Amino acid sequence: MIASPVKQKYITPGVMILIILALNGLAFLAVRFISGLGAVTNLDNTTPWGLWIGVDVAAGVALAAGGFTSAALVHVMQREHYHAIVRPALLTAMLGYTFVAFAVCVDIGRFYFIWHPLIMWNGNSALFEVGICVMIYLTVLYIEFLPVVIERFMFRVNLPGLLKILNKPLDGILRILNRGLPKTMFVFIIFGVVLSTLHQSSLGTLMVIAGQKMHPLWQTPILPLLFLLSAIAVGFPMIIFESLIASRSFKMKPEMKILSSLGSMVAPILAIYLAFKVGDLFIRNAFQYVLVFDTAAWMFIAELALIIIAFLLFLSKKTVDSPLRLFVASTLVIAGVLLNRINNFIIAYNPFYNPKMYIPSFGEISVTIGCIALLVLIYRAVVIIFPVISQENVKARN
Amino acid sequence: MKNLNRRDFFKTTAFGVALATLGAKSAKASDKMLSEDRIGVLVDTAVCVGCRHCEWACKVAHNIPTTDLDTYSDNTVFKEYRRPEQTALTVVNEFENEKNSLLPIQVKTQCMHCERPACVSACIVGALTKEEDGSIIWNDDKCIGCRYCMVACQFQIPTYDYDRSIDPHIRKCDFCHDRRKEGQLPACVNICPNEALLFGKRSEVLRVAKNRIKRKSDVYVNHIYGEQEVGGTSWIYIASKNFDKLKMPTLVKNPAPGISESIQHGIFAYFIPPVTLYALLRTIMWVSTRHKDKNSENLSDIHKDEKGEES
Ligand code: SF4
Ligand code: SF4
Ligand code: SF4
Repeated sequence: MIASPVKQKYITPGVMILIILALNGLAFLAVRFISGLGAVTNLDNTTPWGLWIGVDVAAGVALAAGGFTSAALVHVMQREHYHAIVRPALLTAMLGYTFVAFAVCVDIGRFYFIWHPLIMWNGNSALFEVGICVMIYLTVLYIEFLPVVIERFMFRVNLPGLLKILNKPLDGILRILNRGLPKTMFVFIIFGVVLSTLHQSSLGTLMVIAGQKMHPLWQTPILPLLFLLSAIAVGFPMIIFESLIASRSFKMKPEMKILSSLGSMVAPILAIYLAFKVGDLFIRNAFQYVLVFDTAAWMFIAELALIIIAFLLFLSKKTVDSPLRLFVASTLVIAGVLLNRINNFIIAYNPFYNPKMYIPSFGEISVTIGCIALLVLIYRAVVIIFPVISQENVKARN
Repeated sequence: MKNLNRRDFFKTTAFGVALATLGAKSAKASDKMLSEDRIGVLVDTAVCVGCRHCEWACKVAHNIPTTDLDTYSDNTVFKEYRRPEQTALTVVNEFENEKNSLLPIQVKTQCMHCERPACVSACIVGALTKEEDGSIIWNDDKCIGCRYCMVACQFQIPTYDYDRSIDPHIRKCDFCHDRRKEGQLPACVNICPNEALLFGKRSEVLRVAKNRIKRKSDVYVNHIYGEQEVGGTSWIYIASKNFDKLKMPTLVKNPAPGISESIQHGIFAYFIPPVTLYALLRTIMWVSTRHKDKNSENLSDIHKDEKGEES
């Protein structure tokens, strides 16, 4: 099995729809950058963070966790069997984090000062740590992706027209990288795993400082642990989800051998997460808040139910062996973690003075959907250009 | 992985230790000691008559456009509960007084200048700082507009300029930092015609507050708001009605940044946990690779991994 560029046309009807969604999002983005956050969002002084932080940033980081979980599995624990998933997961993480960084740029008021945390440090701030880790990790991800670029373009750099003169030097750079990278790559890979553990958990620490403004169902000192565990738990389901969609969309056979063994690892991780999540609820005596059955309680129940159902599904061998069931179970985990991030950042945030409930505006939703559409479009372009996806019956391209 | 030998293993671990010592230096947080003489204001809501002169003076002192002082006697604004905003760093609200309906209770709201400010702890770039005198100041040159301070503040004080794309500000009461540098009183304290605002050392105004409650125990509820709330605040309040009825949040005594900072410092304690994790992963990788090497002739370095079984 070898990774190779997917041979497919880029434009399909589905792609056209994605382009329209992306353009719609970009239009609202333009308004945000011209007239300020108030013009597009429903944010105000009582609700300073909304959909963009909750979904684009927090959920985005969680759903890109496939990158570090697969790196840990294949490179750190040296499980060759799973080799084929590394590149797609790496690509998702790379694009995912790029969009997280972009979303941060969109959300912070003074986007032109985005570099400030590099030189202005506040070690007490969880946000500072998240910011720094994400910046470094993004760089690490790009470095990890370099071998793919090298594989595709070494000896083949062929720029058109005037850029021709760059062919030689570029090829030289790729060759130098090719000599140096393999020896040092393991440093970046481990570093990437460490950075991920750090910021995935710190993302949970973020809301701890909101103190009593956070609903007691979610406010707990072990938020960082819960965030880390759920990120690890969603890593493999996300890889399975993407892989199945990709094989559908590119009309290939799903890699069931790999996906099934990946799937069989999900249940134990979910069990650990659930144990901490539910245990914490009882230790803090917060179960009473579930019994009031208000909006927050129902959101909490929904979040938990998704994960529990997914857990039960993953327990059975039948799920793991059938592409459809595997897809459904993985989707449930993803939905559960997504909802958890939305709950933590939006639903749970309930300050003392809160005259009206925050509901994201059409503009905010458009930007979020537009970003996701753009991400899928770039993903598609990259796998058509670069050798990312492994297919069983495809000959090596040479 | 060919290069995964014992020497490399120690090399990377040594790198980690170096990083740890480096971290130890930079992690020393500069927890500025608070002066014994740090300032405070006592807001006596039983004395305040709701003239809103403080609102006017605050605007003037901060170059915020305002109408004439006479217009502030208009009582209709009390119909709606108001919060500080970009154009008003302090506002006065009116509440019903069950004991004497002719004397409604007025409460002035502004930044509390916490003893353990969540906003300062949270700010990603350290744009909010606590001065030695206890006041909390925002730095225009640093702020990136992330609004995390607003998420963190338990009193919902910082406000953000949602209508501007370029140079939006975080605004909140700055304890009239500039005026005090010139030896003047905060503008609101200075103008207050009824001495409902008492400015002085925090310890001093606390003592006054206690005395007033003791002397007029029939008027005041026995609670100094801000003495202990989230670790204490520079602005403290006394009132003839429970504070939750005056729309002031009921808060715990623990400082809001307490838990989050200990988690933060726990994860990063001199970079030891991350470095340990690095070393651990490195060890697992080393062991796994050796294990695999024994089982197969096929050495697999990552480079080869990436290339697949191309041959
Ligand atoms: S009241 Fe809010 S803004 Fe003021 S010092 Fe305290 S945490 Fe900061
Ligand atoms: S908005 Fe500005 S002052 Fe507030 S936390 Fe962010 S950088 Fe700091
Ligand atoms: S201390 Fe100064 S900034 Fe604060 S409310 Fe009074 S006048 Fe306004």
